[in-house]
Amino acid sequence: MFRSLALPEYLATIDQVKCIRCKRCIQNCGWGVYSWGWDKVLINTSKCVKCLRCYHYCPEEAIEIRDNPTRYKQNACWGYNNIRNIKRQAETGGIPLTGMGSDLPYPILFDNLLIDACQVTNPSIDPLREPMELRTYLGKKPSQLEFERGADGKPRLKTRMPPQIKLSLPVMFSPMSFGSISLNAQKVLAQAAAACGTVMNTGEGGLHEDLFPYKSNIIVQVASGRFGVNPDYLNAGVAVEIKIGQGAKPGIGGHLPGEKIPLEVARAHMIPVGTDAISPAPQHDIYSIEDLRQLIYAIKETTGYKPVSVKIAAVHNVAAIASGIVRAGADIVYLDGFRGGTGAAPSIIRDHLGIPIEHAIAAVDDRLRQEGIRNEASIVAAGGIRSSADAAKAIALGADAVAIATAALITMGCTTCGKCYTGNCSWGITTQRPELTARLDPEVYAERLINLIHAWEHELKEILGALGINAIESLRGNRERLRGVGLDAQTLDILGVKPAGR
Amino acid sequence: MNHDYHKDISGCGLTGLISKKKRRVSGREIVKSLCLMTDRGNGLGAGYAAYGIYPEFKDCYALHVMYDDPEVRWSVEDHLKANYKVEKIEEIPTSPVKAIPISPLLMRYFVSPLKDKLAGETAADDFVVNTVMKVNSEIGGAYIFSSGKNMGAFKGVGNPSDIAEFFRIDEYEGWTWTAHTRFPTNTPGWWGGAHPFTLLDWSIVHNGEISSYGINKRYLEMYGYKLTLLTDTEAAAYMLDLLIRRHGLDISTACQALASPFWKAIDGMNEGERDALTALRQTYGSALLNGPFSILFGHGGGLVGINDRIKLRPLVAASKDDVVYMASEESAIRTICPSPDKVWAPRAAEPVIVEFE
Ligand code: SF4
Ligand code: SF4
Repeated sequence: MFRSLALPEYLATIDQVKCIRCKRCIQNCGWGVYSWGWDKVLINTSKCVKCLRCYHYCPEEAIEIRDNPTRYKQNACWGYNNIRNIKRQAETGGIPLTGMGSDLPYPILFDNLLIDACQVTNPSIDPLREPMELRTYLGKKPSQLEFERGADGKPRLKTRMPPQIKLSLPVMFSPMSFGSISLNAQKVLAQAAAACGTVMNTGEGGLHEDLFPYKSNIIVQVASGRFGVNPDYLNAGVAVEIKIGQGAKPGIGGHLPGEKIPLEVARAHMIPVGTDAISPAPQHDIYSIEDLRQLIYAIKETTGYKPVSVKIAAVHNVAAIASGIVRAGADIVYLDGFRGGTGAAPSIIRDHLGIPIEHAIAAVDDRLRQEGIRNEASIVAAGGIRSSADAAKAIALGADAVAIATAALITMGCTTCGKCYTGNCSWGITTQRPELTARLDPEVYAERLINLIHAWEHELKEILGALGINAIESLRGNRERLRGVGLDAQTLDILGVKPAGR
Repeated sequence: MNHDYHKDISGCGLTGLISKKKRRVSGREIVKSLCLMTDRGNGLGAGYAAYGIYPEFKDCYALHVMYDDPEVRWSVEDHLKANYKVEKIEEIPTSPVKAIPISPLLMRYFVSPLKDKLAGETAADDFVVNTVMKVNSEIGGAYIFSSGKNMGAFKGVGNPSDIAEFFRIDEYEGWTWTAHTRFPTNTPGWWGGAHPFTLLDWSIVHNGEISSYGINKRYLEMYGYKLTLLTDTEAAAYMLDLLIRRHGLDISTACQALASPFWKAIDGMNEGERDALTALRQTYGSALLNGPFSILFGHGGGLVGINDRIKLRPLVAASKDDVVYMASEESAIRTICPSPDKVWAPRAAEPVIVEFE
């Protein structure tokens, strides 16, 4: 048998003294690491991805998953991944794939930004005593309003307000298609979105009928493959999103192999069972901003003018692109930073293309203000939002709301092992294997996701209270309340943030 | 967009009065009221604004200009003469005060924009605003600190009584007065930084710290305002200018944008009002002044007092016959009006709007 020369990443080990031979590890591992020998569990450690499912389900704590201590000779230039990828490519001639967001040590600017707090001159506000408002509306806003006085002397609106998406807090769920994740995972997102007053996003995979009850908490997506798109689909949610790009893989399309297209997925995608679902790199009817405008308005005509979001990967020229998108008629610009997650992407693309979300938010918000069109669209920021603090910083830089995916998956058990593209996720998230997806009970895990969102909600309120403001709109774009630590002058300038101490 | 600025922070006391019958009241009253609040200032800034003080030039814009560098005067005057019919140029009358050994050169100009420079009826105000923005941001050493009709601001570095004596406030008679004493918590020293802050016939005195300043500033910049003073008061003044003069909101609606009702209150309103206020918050979220403040703003049609959404700074109001008083402290009112007909503490975010009869 051919044995790969790429070193295994992890060593799965079982303490044979503790092991009671219950075989749960065999049953739980989606990757086939464990098998039954005649009197003990056998381990094929080269298959281990350290998702830790077995560890959590071993009743005897007999399992330990170690990073493989055997490494290539220490070399500051030729790192472990460089050598390992070359060996894999030499063996297969292929493009190494990966899942999740980039794990390379690029600087994370959120970790170089600190939030202000009140002392003496402006009192802080206790969110347990005073109202603290996080409600956010996404959509186009007029630059000014006209009112008249009603018979009761109260103001009446004369201006026609464009449609808005109402969020109870400025946190929503990023697009993840049925196909890339399991239906149960989508149900978790939908139930949590409904319970928390926010929205989930179908991604490019159509809308399964089980999600119909959650329509008022769903954004439907139209991407380059146009899977599942028809007028009913477009009208199913509160808004439609046109996906141009994704932070983890800007400029490239997607490929869901036929083996991962069982009947249910095929129905939602509206393609035959077992055919490859290929999303081309560009949308073949969008080769310019004018074309985008036509699609935006075609969708608006079809939906009776629901808000249209345009999702792009954060790339070098993001500010100019976003300005074009807003002028093309989008109601929301969804920016996905390069650290954003993915179900499957070539690692070379994921790890080397795009720009961080922090720069992108700042550049886009600045540009839209310079052009006097910031009110024309909301900005949603995604791609590496790990905590409510990241969310607060993104909002202070200029985002209206943030979107999270990885954080939501972590509540379902994900350990960010990064092997989503294999379709073997032992947690039942990024797989369609029925024996694996059955583990993800939507009710049970929705509860956890709801807990997370509620926890972030409390934290955001505490942050606002410390800042002495009681409405999220006073944080939005309020870069005066951020300070940079350890950032160079030019980066501070791009972020529009002063260094700490100023 | 410049972000590397140092925001000016101060605590303060404020007072104001208005005669609804447009009876002109001597400046002596407001000086007495302001001077009572000694704890609220530290002698590093005080000022007064008065309406109805220039009846003989009531149709001209009265530009009050301070020159840190007297030489700059000529370039400002060249600019004015090229664009305005100048009715009168004079130094603002002052008296020597021991505590104020040095002061900038203080001039006032009564002007009207030249007809051929204007396009249409409403443009005169915009034209003056442009002049103010241009001079204040582009001509170093010159600062227009008052630009309304039949009104004027007088302010400087000093305590309230010295500034009043210096500007001879007791010699003016106005139907609306506002006044302010300052407690700056960083280095003061510049006369332009004192309150009231004015633009056209808006005048603002403000106590508090607007914690949303960063976004308020950026929002205003989107509409072409240049915030050169970096004070909350300046932001509040421009916000009122934007909402009321440029966007045409009425005063009470503008106040609801600056200190919006909570969503809970809005959700409970009947449909028409709920839609109106929901749209107001959606559209003007960046105009919300968040953080502790009480503000008095005077304008050609009256006087308004308002404080923040949860009333983190004091504001007391009182009325006696045709006069309404508003101040940081009740004592500041009672010292000039010992037995008012009515005294009340306005609720959080509920504006006191007084208009002439
Ligand atoms: S789950 Fe644990 S106890 Fe059970 S067989 Fe595997 S290692 Fe042994
Ligand atoms: S979703 Fe599953 S496969 Fe993907 S990173 Fe998380 S645990 Fe690993």
